[in-house]
Amino acid sequence: MTDTAVLLPDQGQTRKTGRWLYAASVTLLCAWVIVPLYFLLINTLSSPETVNSFPKSFVPEFDLGSLTFFAGFQGMLTALKNSIVVAFLTMVMSILIGAPAGYALSRFEFRGKEAFRLLILLTRAFPLPLLALPLAVMFIRTGLDDTAFGLALVHTTLAIPFAVLITFSLFSGIPVELEEAAWTLGCTRLTAFTKVVLPLILPGITASAIFAFVISWNEVFAAAVLTIENRTLTAFLLQTLGEAPLHLKFAGGFILVVPALIFIFAVRKYLFAMWGIANR
Amino acid sequence: MAEIQIRNVAKRFGSYQALHDINLTIADQEFMVLLGASGCGKSTLLRIIAGLETQTTGEVWIGGRRIDHLPPKDRGIAMVFQNYAVFPHLTVFENIGFGLRMQKLRNDEVTRRVTRTAELMHIEQLLTRYSGELSGGQRQRVAVARALAMEPDVILMDEPLSNLDALLRLEMRAELKGVLAESNTTAIYVTHDQVEAMSLADRISVMHQGRIVQAASPVEVYRDPAERFVAGFIGNPPMNFLPASNHGNGRWAVADQVFAGPDVSAAALEFAIRPEDLRPADDGLEARVRLVEPLGAHLLLTCDVAGTMFRAILDSDMTVRAGDQLKLAAMPDRIRWFDPDTSLSVPTAA
Repeated sequence: MTDTAVLLPDQGQTRKTGRWLYAASVTLLCAWVIVPLYFLLINTLSSPETVNSFPKSFVPEFDLGSLTFFAGFQGMLTALKNSIVVAFLTMVMSILIGAPAGYALSRFEFRGKEAFRLLILLTRAFPLPLLALPLAVMFIRTGLDDTAFGLALVHTTLAIPFAVLITFSLFSGIPVELEEAAWTLGCTRLTAFTKVVLPLILPGITASAIFAFVISWNEVFAAAVLTIENRTLTAFLLQTLGEAPLHLKFAGGFILVVPALIFIFAVRKYLFAMWGIANR
Repeated sequence: MAEIQIRNVAKRFGSYQALHDINLTIADQEFMVLLGASGCGKSTLLRIIAGLETQTTGEVWIGGRRIDHLPPKDRGIAMVFQNYAVFPHLTVFENIGFGLRMQKLRNDEVTRRVTRTAELMHIEQLLTRYSGELSGGQRQRVAVARALAMEPDVILMDEPLSNLDALLRLEMRAELKGVLAESNTTAIYVTHDQVEAMSLADRISVMHQGRIVQAASPVEVYRDPAERFVAGFIGNPPMNFLPASNHGNGRWAVADQVFAGPDVSAAALEFAIRPEDLRPADDGLEARVRLVEPLGAHLLLTCDVAGTMFRAILDSDMTVRAGDQLKLAAMPDRIRWFDPDTSLSVPTAA
């Protein structure tokens, strides 16, 4: 439909309507995401009275009461620390396991490669609640229950598909001749990787690591089932805020959402790379 | 001394036989060009020598040392790639010095060798730049400098000029030849461009369907093709062919003319002559001119001889038009004969 050199009147009309529809859908989609976040922000920064009153104000009143309450809340800092430890472990493990898999997928031809790629994605289709109970039993037997490492293992399984697909796309974007040139210039496979490939994909690897971090940070189900004492922030808030007043729920949600949003925003470019669109 | 010996090397990709039993010896400091159309196996052979590909069978020796089981870095080779493969995250200086740093050379030695090779390739003013800030020709120079800085026994080049534009290619070709002649390195150069092959090579190996059909000096490959394939591949335009039938006693009938040829008992041979080895004459092959293309110094005629397409390159002071009848005489010492069954050259003296 690109070769419409001569626009008939009603075609021009169609095009205008199309553009209007496009703008409307974009606005709607943005609103879909942004409006709830905005309400979250307003209610977090409002005094308890305002949160419970009606009609709602559209301007935050910058009351930091709810947030300061959280800063001093019992167990809050421990949960935050647990979340960071688990997310960090998840990040390290998913890159250590995912990146070599991505490298293998992009550099070697082997039987069942396409099936393997599909299977990696399909692991995401497996419902976590189904896994959680047997996992909990197994973890209790092996002593992994209620540990940061045990939870990080589960989160790593969740993050690996993304780590593999993102790094696969990154490695595919690096011409194999660069590695071959390094081999002829005195490198082994390993040194060629560390001296040539790694510097080139480091930004992408960082992005993929951050993404793994966010997956772990946001995960609540496994965290709630597999930990009791060492709860992560999500599980902790889920547990303690169930009965809490509304303004504290908003503040808790806000604390969870903001780091995830910042991280995802930082690595947005590489999330496209996962599907092999960008990164050229 | 870096004589290269390729012994019975074969390569198979699944059911596809890319190389058949290759045997080739390349003398120390020789400039060998592997010439062939795409898919003939020339790049595969080069990559086997480099160690980037593993042969299915056979051995590769460099300087009296069997190297086919060694990783690329231990083979004493350096390679120049078609797409240059200049490292984008390093400056030109660090690119050229990359191999030297891998050898753990002292800093001042690295600087000395990088500066010298950069001067040799006329890129000393680019040393602080990154590959993204270079033109194609400059990248090519960096790639060559990086290989030369290694001071390798053997330098391998895989179509290094094919991504450059025509003018730059001419310039780089001459420069490469000069630089390599001075470096005393054995060179193997892969190309599909026969002019490039002719102008650079000490010796050309013409490859076809995974075999080396002829390995000889450029002039010999041109004048005495060992196989009909070489005759039809080398030269622009290539050799003309006409069927010849045995007229007895080493005489052969070709399109109503009789030529002296090999004294063999075969019933039929193929007569071959280069377009530039034909002269207009009173007595010769009857040719009907189909097309006249003036090339400045010469005229390229496309004719019809006994129902076969036949090309002749004549002096441009002739007046010829399409549709004219001409008689073309072939220079007797330039006529070549091929066996139509084996497609091998049949020597006249036999």
